[in-house]
Amino acid sequence: MPIDTVNLEAAIRKSLNCTHIEIEDQSNGCGENYAILLVSDDFEGKSTLVRHRWINQLLKDEISQMHAFSQKTFTPKQYEIHLAKGN
Amino acid sequence: MLRTALRSSLLRPNVLARFSAARFLSQEARATIQNAVSASPVVLFMKGTPDHPECGFSRAAIQILGLQQVPAEKLKTYNVLADPELRSGIKEFSEWPTIPQLYVNGEFVGGCDILLSMHQSGELEKLLESNDVIPKVEGEAVPVHAA
Repeated sequence: MPIDTVNLEAAIRKSLNCTHIEIEDQSNGCGENYAILLVSDDFEGKSTLVRHRWINQLLKDEISQMHAFSQKTFTPKQYEIHLAKGN
Repeated sequence: MLRTALRSSLLRPNVLARFSAARFLSQEARATIQNAVSASPVVLFMKGTPDHPECGFSRAAIQILGLQQVPAEKLKTYNVLADPELRSGIKEFSEWPTIPQLYVNGEFVGGCDILLSMHQSGELEKLLESNDVIPKVEGEAVPVHAA
């Protein structure tokens, strides 16, 4: 079954308190290529590597069905800075 | 009692061995990958080669290492497309689901996303400097980003 953005978001929200989620399907709909951006207080005090490992684990089943997966993980404060820089 | 204990101790290694063979890397494969990750100060597992990357993420990773001026003699790359065993093995070894994967002095750093964000924040330069991969910049004297 191909992954869609709704399922992916549900899988994330189930285990993570996100204040903001962006899921971009970069595959033109074939469901194999996703870029996600997550903003969560749960990331506070954790290194990027730890955050990514956490998300990789959380979405293990979904990622194994994808061709490409990219993630950005911010705390709310970091996300403000990220937006301010105009990225 | 003794017999039961004996039997279970005889049986268990077998069950474990079969279980681990199915689920985990063999000792041998793990040792091979351990050697690979520590073969050079900087090791990149990628799709394709530095001159001919076969995936956008691997291309980005090798470009970042180039921008950081990682000397060729300190960098070793492995093309996972040429070695299916390595391709699945390294994912399990690093507990990381995607390629590319970067190691510095035998330590896992991350994949493309992490590499890119560390490059942008300056953390990657610091990491490479503190691992003696690239020379430390003294104060403001040498403008590394002049170009």
